Amino acid sequence: MATQAGNLLKLDTRVSKRSNMLLEQSTAKPRRDKVGLGTFAFLFAEIIRYSQNRVLGIQDLEAKMNEIGKRVGVRVFELLMWREKNVHRETRVLQTLVFINTVVWRALFEKQADSLGRSTENDDEYMITDNEPAVLKYISVPKEMSSFSPGAFLAGIVEAIAECCQCPARVTSHLVPAEEMPLKTVILLKFDKEVMEREKRLESGK
Amino acid sequence: MIHSVFIINRSGGLTYNKNYTQQVAQLTSNEALIFAGTFHGIHALASRISPALKGSAARDLGIQTIDTKGFRLHCFQTPTGIKFIAVADLMHASLADVLSKAYRLYCDYALKNPFYNLEMPIRSDMFDAMLLELVQEN
Repeated sequence: MATQAGNLLKLDTRVSKRSNMLLEQSTAKPRRDKVGLGTFAFLFAEIIRYSQNRVLGIQDLEAKMNEIGKRVGVRVFELLMWREKNVHRETRVLQTLVFINTVVWRALFEKQADSLGRSTENDDEYMITDNEPAVLKYISVPKEMSSFSPGAFLAGIVEAIAECCQCPARVTSHLVPAEEMPLKTVILLKFDKEVMEREKRLESGK
Repeated sequence: MIHSVFIINRSGGLTYNKNYTQQVAQLTSNEALIFAGTFHGIHALASRISPALKGSAARDLGIQTIDTKGFRLHCFQTPTGIKFIAVADLMHASLADVLSKAYRLYCDYALKNPFYNLEMPIRSDMFDAMLLELVQEN
């Protein structure tokens, strides 16, 4: 009986040693943390195909990609707060946008997002533009699905980070093909009413 | 100057067909399908009757070029059985490197496109554009 228990114990320690190794791996930036674009492209294409089989329309597909992006965004935010130097969690709208534009984009895609702008019609809408999102490089949307924007994944990441910075927004992505930039994507953030009111109060409080 | 490009899938069906000049005969879609099937057949015949080769030369045993007075047809078969065919003028002796670049473009813009189903005709704007660029370089 005792030897049997002893053997069971040995098995247990073997299993926990493996999970210990996983937990003891450093979260500091490892030197080889890049993933090949081709590898990611295959995975991303399969994610889109998998989601397509489980939804009933283009809007649902965009919503599903958005949700997947949100899960990525939450984890990216935590990791960035831990790894990057000279960052602190932003709470104001403009600082959050700049944070997304520079730190997040640089950590994910090694470049800054190409432009940041405010919509002229509604002052609660802001736009982040990326002229050639790396994750969308090999995707061509067929004509029968021309309203689908595969940048919904990026929109999900941005939405999660905006929410983590206490500026919840509804984020959508739109493909605006331009000269020489057939994949130009604009990510539109529409901040909630409470956020805009809070901003007004903070501005006037100053 | 490359006149046209065909891509034939593993079962002999036509996956892609594009003409780049006006001089080449404009095939109807039916004729193009028949061409693809016929070529697939004779390519297979050629690899069967070929004498056994050793080592690295043993792959791509099928037809590589067909010469006529007016044009030369080049064929490049990938290890997965897909054939890239280019109809070009007599200037180039071998377009194998151009066709292998076309294979690379296929891997990028067709295989990584979530809206492309394998072995079906390729309908991708980006693939068309990049292939046009490659053809115009030659």
